[in-house]
Amino acid sequence: MSSVPVSAYLALALILFCIGLYGALTKKNTVIVLISIELMLNAVNINLVTFSKYGANPSITGQVFALFSIAVAAAEVAVGLAILISLYRNRRSVNIDEVNQLKN
Amino acid sequence: MTLTGEFFAFMSLALVAVIGGVLLLNLTKVVHMVVALVFTFVSIAGIYVLLSAEFLAVVQVMIYSGAITIMMLFGIMLTRHHGDEAEPKGGTLRRLFLLVGVLGFGAAVYFGIYDLDFEAVPNTLHENNTEQIGISLFSHYIIPFELTSVILLAALVGAIVLARRDDEKEGDQE
Repeated sequence: MSSVPVSAYLALALILFCIGLYGALTKKNTVIVLISIELMLNAVNINLVTFSKYGANPSITGQVFALFSIAVAAAEVAVGLAILISLYRNRRSVNIDEVNQLKN
Repeated sequence: MTLTGEFFAFMSLALVAVIGGVLLLNLTKVVHMVVALVFTFVSIAGIYVLLSAEFLAVVQVMIYSGAITIMMLFGIMLTRHHGDEAEPKGGTLRRLFLLVGVLGFGAAVYFGIYDLDFEAVPNTLHENNTEQIGISLFSHYIIPFELTSVILLAALVGAIVLARRDDEKEGDQE
């Protein structure tokens, strides 16, 4: 069977998810926050594909779910960048700390 | 765990992916961060090939390394970034707490998965992978597939409406 244990794939996905989480929480630039969220979605896709091959009940369903997840992520990036462009036109900045119109 | 070609391929791909992620956190220029993340995306495509998901690997290279990266680069170049990416937001204390929290989350999840193992069930995912995905997508998942097209249409219209230059408002300002 496989020479790479299933926990190795899951650990790789966990490391990438933690990097994405830390980046999304600490970075100042809105573009980088969006990219970090993409990294987290990618880590989840790795988990889906891993369980579709090495899970208790292997089937093609995990790969189909990952495809749907990629499609929704692409739509999310399009809308996120449109919001970013609109925000930059109004505020002349992409600093995420200055996006606080709803705060008070 | 024996030393086979699959093991070496996994280790090198995982190393490149993690290095790309770490560079994303540590580089200072925004364009460099995006280029570092391209390495991560391509390595994840390689991981998909190891997991016998060839179609998904091609989709990953096309969508993530192609489309999303180019869109992010357009988003970067259409806005102005004057070197303020160097210092992260918040104070050092806040970043320290965030680091501890993220590491704690990682440790908690790793405690759950480190000895996870399922008995190996033989599968035929690698035979005619694209055909299997197509049959599954158009027989079992046809309704989610159509809903995805609705989502993409809504995102397309929404992105155009949000990013469109508002002519009357611009005229008022000038």
